Amino acid sequence: MVQVTSPAFKQNAHRALQDAGLQKALGKAKGAFLQRRAAAVAALPEFERLRDIGRDIKNHTLANLDHYLEVYAANVEKAGGKVHWCSTAEDARRAVLQICRNAGAKTVTKGKSMISEEIGVNDYLEAQGITPVETDLGEYIIQLRKEHPSHIIAPAFHLNREDWEADFRRAHTDLDPNRIFHERRDILTEARSRLRQKFLAADVGITGANFLIAETGSSVIVTNEGNGDLTQTLPRVHIVLASIEKMVPTLEDATNMLRLLARSATGQDFSVYTTFSTGIRREGDLDGPEEYHVILLDNGRSNMIGTEFQEMLRCIRCAACMNHCPVYGAVGGHAYGWVYPGPMGSVLTPSLVGVEKTGHLPNASTFCGKCESVCPVKIPLPKLMRHWREREFERHLTPATIRTNLGLWAWFAKRPSAYRLATRLGIGALSLLARAPWKKNRGAFRRLPLAGGWTQGRDLPAPEPGGTFMARYAKARRQRRT
Amino acid sequence: MSKDAILGAIRRGLKRGKLPADQAAMLDGRLATHPRHLIPARSRIPRAEQIALFIRNVEKEFGTVERIPDLSAVPAAVTDYLAAHNLPPRIVVAPHPELQGIDWSSRPMLERETRRAQDGDLTSVQHAWAGVAETGTLFFPSDPARPATLNLLPDNEIIVLRASAILGAYEEAWDRLRAERKDPLSGGFMPRNLMLVTGPSRSADIEQTLELGAHGPRRLHVLLVEDEPAPRHGSPAEHRAEAGVQPGEPAPPGD
Repeated sequence: MVQVTSPAFKQNAHRALQDAGLQKALGKAKGAFLQRRAAAVAALPEFERLRDIGRDIKNHTLANLDHYLEVYAANVEKAGGKVHWCSTAEDARRAVLQICRNAGAKTVTKGKSMISEEIGVNDYLEAQGITPVETDLGEYIIQLRKEHPSHIIAPAFHLNREDWEADFRRAHTDLDPNRIFHERRDILTEARSRLRQKFLAADVGITGANFLIAETGSSVIVTNEGNGDLTQTLPRVHIVLASIEKMVPTLEDATNMLRLLARSATGQDFSVYTTFSTGIRREGDLDGPEEYHVILLDNGRSNMIGTEFQEMLRCIRCAACMNHCPVYGAVGGHAYGWVYPGPMGSVLTPSLVGVEKTGHLPNASTFCGKCESVCPVKIPLPKLMRHWREREFERHLTPATIRTNLGLWAWFAKRPSAYRLATRLGIGALSLLARAPWKKNRGAFRRLPLAGGWTQGRDLPAPEPGGTFMARYAKARRQRRT
Repeated sequence: MSKDAILGAIRRGLKRGKLPADQAAMLDGRLATHPRHLIPARSRIPRAEQIALFIRNVEKEFGTVERIPDLSAVPAAVTDYLAAHNLPPRIVVAPHPELQGIDWSSRPMLERETRRAQDGDLTSVQHAWAGVAETGTLFFPSDPARPATLNLLPDNEIIVLRASAILGAYEEAWDRLRAERKDPLSGGFMPRNLMLVTGPSRSADIEQTLELGAHGPRRLHVLLVEDEPAPRHGSPAEHRAEAGVQPGEPAPPGD
């Protein structure tokens, strides 16, 4: 499994803010996703209702997940495929290795899959002498750099063109080192010809799945490059990595989700390739794999069912939440310290790897609510992050100073008259202090005791004379009455 | 066993055991009747407009469309397309009866092979089973007559589609698939592979800038066989203006 560096979120975030290259990449990318999504949504008047339907389809599926999984597995086997039920990442890695060994595989091509990152299958295969080759353009450079994706649909979100050129010169040593990349297209062309040979040579192809369809026993992948299709069509063996919540009952249900997915993700009406795979090569077919395996992974998800986090299992991994998140936009994906960044990661990661290590994540939110407002299946992400904060508090994982202060605040908050008295005194004192004759910068505070963290980055404006909001409100009401 | 462990954990979470027979039957009924959800109004339009919408959407996604009167016009259209793009007169044709029935003798210089695609093939001529107007999406169910590699390996893909095979929404394609196709292996209707293709291959992984021709075809050209009447559509230039991001311009990346 990918190493969890979420405990160091604060340091990670600090480093990310100082990283000029990252900030340049984030700055360039900002806006593109937002504008395209907004345009695609505006062009489909039914979008809001499709979101409600998407939420309902997923809720229905989760409430009957055991049944649909069994129907799905039976249909996969009817089409000549095999389903490998895997409770843990370790089970899944072993199942993949066994299939590769049985196939005598030396190289394995891979389509983009976040489950693959979650179970860390690349390092595992490599340690066993099998070479995995990532074929999604973004994943390919990430693999060359020995990094992890910083975004769930745009793995190389954090890189600039200079990085691509330097990495390609470093990795493709058989080519002229002085070649010039006139345009981005030249980078793409080099990757295309390089990877074409890998596609043709691979013994096994591994893809993820955006959806699994119970009705037909199909797995669905959505790509724009066509790499996922080459991965699952050319090698003799196709392995699908899918987690249990990818399930939908019928083609009609999948269709509703597909109408939401590309629009929410890239702002396309539909991705270039939406491919349904159902079992093995049929008699007379001229291409397609002879073996079809589905690794059906749980890895902690079944434990979320029946809890307040069940709603997270509706997620279709479109990345709209991170694209619209001010925190993600400032620090990028790596700072979050595990596979899934952004708001969806801040809810999912504590569920899958434990809140002890990842407590910073649900706190790394301004609660602006943008993520929930763009989520295609209406997951209440801020509410779920708040649940994690509550659990942290209950389990005494929150630092002592915060606990003490929260306790103090709670004492006042539960006693309105004490609260009003305290705020009146506090605000009155601040107001007076701010306008004290010896103060140079009147009307604001550069520094305040106990609030150093806050005033480090900005001044605190002094309260206007005239008392608290409640006091003014009461006064205004009295005046209106008279 | 993992299967029991996973199903058991799900049932514990749902606070119930295996579904009682009547509830399971209800779910199986939902699978059998596969109810439709909301279908966007954009494709619920008169027939002629549906075909125009299909063309507009293919062009919006950087594909091209040429209308031809019947299948006998395919050889000339293919030859002209290759010449216009400075491509060698060499094609790999899908072993589909409709394509195999074409008389190619009017174009003796055009080299043809009937097979799946291989590395190095520059141009394929493929048969589309249906087109969906809602997004300009082509449907390619795999079978011996329609190898999937023809959609993937060549740099240029020329697609023959009958106008009568253009449908409004995806749901119509599902119903047609269920009615028309029988899979000998599974007994169901799904082929091994069903590709829904919307425009040529692309990537925006490099600095979120759109480039065409990532791993699949760089060009996608539809020969639309007018086997039913439809009004002429506007010029391609008009539709291009509607399209959002152009190649070489910033766009969000896709996976």
